[in-house]
Amino acid sequence: MLKQLENIDWSEASAELIKTTLSIIVSMGVLVAIWTFVASVTPDFPGPAVTWEEAKVLFEDPFYDNGPNDMGIGWNVYYSLQRVAVGFGLAALIGIPMGFLVGRFSTVNRIANPIITLLRPVSPLAWLPIGLFVFEAADPSAIWVIFICSIWPMILNTAEGVRNVPTDYLNVAKVLNLSEWEIAKKILFPASLPHILTGVKLAVGTAWLVIVAAEMLTGGVGIGFWVWDEWNNLKIESIIIAIFIIGIVGLLLEQILVFIASRFAYEKD
Amino acid sequence: MASNKEQPYVQFQNIQMAFNTKRGKFIALQDINLDINSGEFISVIGHSGCGKSTVMNLIAGLLEATDGVLLVDGREINGPGADRAVVFQNHSLLPWMTCYENVFLAVNQVFKAKETPEKLKKRTDDALALVGLTPSTHKYPHEISGGMKQRVGIARALAMEPKVLLMDEPFGALDALTRANLQDELMKICANTGTTALMVTHDVDEAVLLSDRIVMMTNGPAATIGEVLDVNLARPRARLELAEDSEYHRIRSEVLKFLYQRHAHKEAA
Repeated sequence: MLKQLENIDWSEASAELIKTTLSIIVSMGVLVAIWTFVASVTPDFPGPAVTWEEAKVLFEDPFYDNGPNDMGIGWNVYYSLQRVAVGFGLAALIGIPMGFLVGRFSTVNRIANPIITLLRPVSPLAWLPIGLFVFEAADPSAIWVIFICSIWPMILNTAEGVRNVPTDYLNVAKVLNLSEWEIAKKILFPASLPHILTGVKLAVGTAWLVIVAAEMLTGGVGIGFWVWDEWNNLKIESIIIAIFIIGIVGLLLEQILVFIASRFAYEKD
Repeated sequence: MASNKEQPYVQFQNIQMAFNTKRGKFIALQDINLDINSGEFISVIGHSGCGKSTVMNLIAGLLEATDGVLLVDGREINGPGADRAVVFQNHSLLPWMTCYENVFLAVNQVFKAKETPEKLKKRTDDALALVGLTPSTHKYPHEISGGMKQRVGIARALAMEPKVLLMDEPFGALDALTRANLQDELMKICANTGTTALMVTHDVDEAVLLSDRIVMMTNGPAATIGEVLDVNLARPRARLELAEDSEYHRIRSEVLKFLYQRHAHKEAA
């Protein structure tokens, strides 16, 4: 690690950093310009300045709690993240082992494939009424929707990873007479880990997309419902703030997973 | 040297190997009859596509003969086993494991039932020491050279203390100097351990230098053993002395005549 740091050309690295920072500043400038223009031609549409003032108020106390219908923005994001974490975690718990079976055994693949092909294109929100009917509560239903939308990329990517494990590695397993469990643990899992993490990354992106919509329908504390609530109060500046928050949180979630994935990637020779 | 009264360790009896392809049945090998004595070093040589790797995969248990009987130690082969270790052409080290872990995987599989963890560790260390890789014990495959990777592959195979060491063009991907080095080491190791060895190669010099007998294959399809040549050169053999040995040259030209006169490759001609 230290050796790698020594090899970095710092002047080149800082030039790269300046370039990246500059382009981000320019791109944000373009966004604000378009926004200002739209606000100037649309009556009552809040421009950047108005929104900024509102944001300062919102973030002054993001964790206030005046009962379930009036909580700070921080709490709303927290509850949404919690739902995503539970739904997504359950999907990983079931989806990754299922992906293993689908990728490893062609019979399982033949049976599972038509089901997956049929159900995958269905909008996750179509599953919401089923959740409401079964669980008779809003919160588990939102989690259920997250579960459904995260499970497909996990199954499919894990299966793909397991199918693509080089024959060489499997021949080693055969020559060593490893048991199926040992093959899964020592060969299939490490070999397909990069694929699995791609699935996890896709799943977390979708889950974060879907939670906003699901919460609009189910209500309760959460960023999605908060957006809907502010719409009912006709506070457009809050909605714009929420869009930025949702974007930034989504970006962070993905970056965290990219980082984790890079830690687990093994170097092919 | 095994006496003639002893039963051959490996026996091919009228082996046929056919593959089902899209264009119908393809007979790769036919009428293979060969006895390998305990402690013998056999090279299988032939043009590419003659099925010499198939011969090795049959003994390894990675393939099952479509006809005939294949005995190892008097018993018919039933899948891969720890008594037959394989050194793969492309080393086939698991890239997410260090050299130590790669060798330990094999050691653990073969000896864990009857030995203490300390003994298993010692076996792994000894195997790496045998191929001169103690300094690279905890390096990953991508951190070491091609020749070193192939040494780890050999260490992994030898650590299993196999009755038969199977090698599929083990030095094919290496540069000439590294190859010569490893050939010399392999000769020493085989002399010290007394392992029965079967090596698939297309390198005439390598075959003559290392072998007790050279099995020369005719061209496929339906390839079979054309001739078996005894290499009566005293051991230990020294590369430099052999360069001026008339018997060495006689055998070498015998093999060359077989390969390029009597059984010249049609496409190569």
